[in-house]
Amino acid sequence: MSDKIHPLARIIAAFARGLSGVQIRWQGCAPEMRQRIYFANHTSHLDFVVLWSALPVELRARTRPVAAKDYWQAGFRAFLAQRVFRAVLVERGAAARVAHDEEHSHAAAFGVIEQLAEAMGERDSLIFFPEGTRGTGETVGEFKSGLYHLAKRRSDVELIPAYLENLNRILPKGEILPAPLLSTLTFGAPIQISDAENKHNFLERARAAVLVLRRKESE
Amino acid sequence: MQSVPDYIPRRYSEFVWSKHDPQLLLLFGGVLALLVVASAVGGILKRTAKTESARRVIDNLNARTRAWWKMSAIFALTLLVGKTGSLILFALLSFLALREYITLVPTRRGDHRTLFWTFFIITPLQYFLIAIDWYGFVAILIPAFAFVFIPARIALAGDTEHFLERAAKIQFGLMICAYCLSHAPALLILKIPNYEGHNSVLLLYLVLVDQMSDVLQYVWGKLLGQHKIAPNVSPNKTWEGFIGGVATATLLGAFLSWATPFTRWQSVGMSLAITLMGFLGGLVMSAIKRDAGVKDFGAVIEGHGGILDRIDSLCFAAPVFFHLVRYWFAR
Repeated sequence: MSDKIHPLARIIAAFARGLSGVQIRWQGCAPEMRQRIYFANHTSHLDFVVLWSALPVELRARTRPVAAKDYWQAGFRAFLAQRVFRAVLVERGAAARVAHDEEHSHAAAFGVIEQLAEAMGERDSLIFFPEGTRGTGETVGEFKSGLYHLAKRRSDVELIPAYLENLNRILPKGEILPAPLLSTLTFGAPIQISDAENKHNFLERARAAVLVLRRKESE
Repeated sequence: MQSVPDYIPRRYSEFVWSKHDPQLLLLFGGVLALLVVASAVGGILKRTAKTESARRVIDNLNARTRAWWKMSAIFALTLLVGKTGSLILFALLSFLALREYITLVPTRRGDHRTLFWTFFIITPLQYFLIAIDWYGFVAILIPAFAFVFIPARIALAGDTEHFLERAAKIQFGLMICAYCLSHAPALLILKIPNYEGHNSVLLLYLVLVDQMSDVLQYVWGKLLGQHKIAPNVSPNKTWEGFIGGVATATLLGAFLSWATPFTRWQSVGMSLAITLMGFLGGLVMSAIKRDAGVKDFGAVIEGHGGILDRIDSLCFAAPVFFHLVRYWFAR
């Protein structure tokens, strides 16, 4: 995989930065050239682009979004996702379908997690939206188990929580025209997963790490 | 128009002196001198500051001065470009101010399309109407048409929760940020007998007196401020700062009468109106910030806060000044 950023990605990133007027706060960590999984709340199509464009240029070439295959696999969306932003397309809800059974769920998710771990390789970082779908922005939904399995599989990389504020007002689900308000992106302190921790605990803790970055609560 | 002095190179002089009156350039010279003095004083104060809190105030002062250099350069450049330049600048200011305002206002999902109209259709249209000299429409676009359009569009979207509040808040923002502010560059389309071609000086006069009033109120407040005017709204506004600032800015306005269509005393009256309205504008916008629980509308201008924090006084002064000039001096 080359370090080249698609020219269209640069244009879209610059546009998203301008449109979202995003103020970036590295609150719990600094931008560093190391492998990371950024996980954030999800309310808008702008989320990934804004988060990606908030990274220093040299990090962007090595940071890939995780996107749902069912939504991004055809036509122009496929071009944007695969060619422009080098997204890793995954099957959504593979684990959830058998979620009643811890062991089977693990097995079903295994393929997806392997795919993600492989896509990261030795140097790439991922941008991950563990809610699995876009919410309304009033609250942060429950996290799907993907983040847990990925964290276990790649315990060698840092997990960075991030909170995207106001993007749901700028380009909500179902709208194509934006309202150009100001937004904030806050990066929090990395979280770790311990061997003993169960799935539920970890996911709740990860979600809390995102929620604590909301501006209204931290100030 | 005065003749061109010999020592100015010809090509340059053709550009500058053919389009701009000496008043404009002299006023720019004055602003430049002020900025040099402010930077020098700031530099000296920085060396003499002893306590930690004094140092913080001086650092903020110097940050403000640096921002003033940039803002003055941008404003001067757009004035020199002419009507189009000024209109683009103020349209952009309206857009950015409205953005800061709406960000603080709790709108709902159902307001999305209304907001799109507000930002991308109504605000640019207001400035376009000024560009094509259609004063009659400039005066009613937002108070009449946008006023009925906004609640109608929200109603069509179907969400009735806090309906009146949402419609009113969006309309208020549009009035302050787009309608009121647009009266500053609208000065450029007034037809003032025996003052043709000099309207940009009038715009500079308004901005200069208004912004100097802000600066002087800040300076007097820092030097003598004791008695707070409205401690619940803005802890930084004191009677000493208010009286000192209004008096000195009005004095400045009186000295600038040579560049305007006003007599000395008329200029005093105009400056007084600008400074008083400016003060009220700052007070009102402070009340909104206090209500929303924030200190500033934004952080784009170093030391000042957001765009709206810088132009709040202008938003109130511009329409009043515009109509005073229009009623008494324009044809």
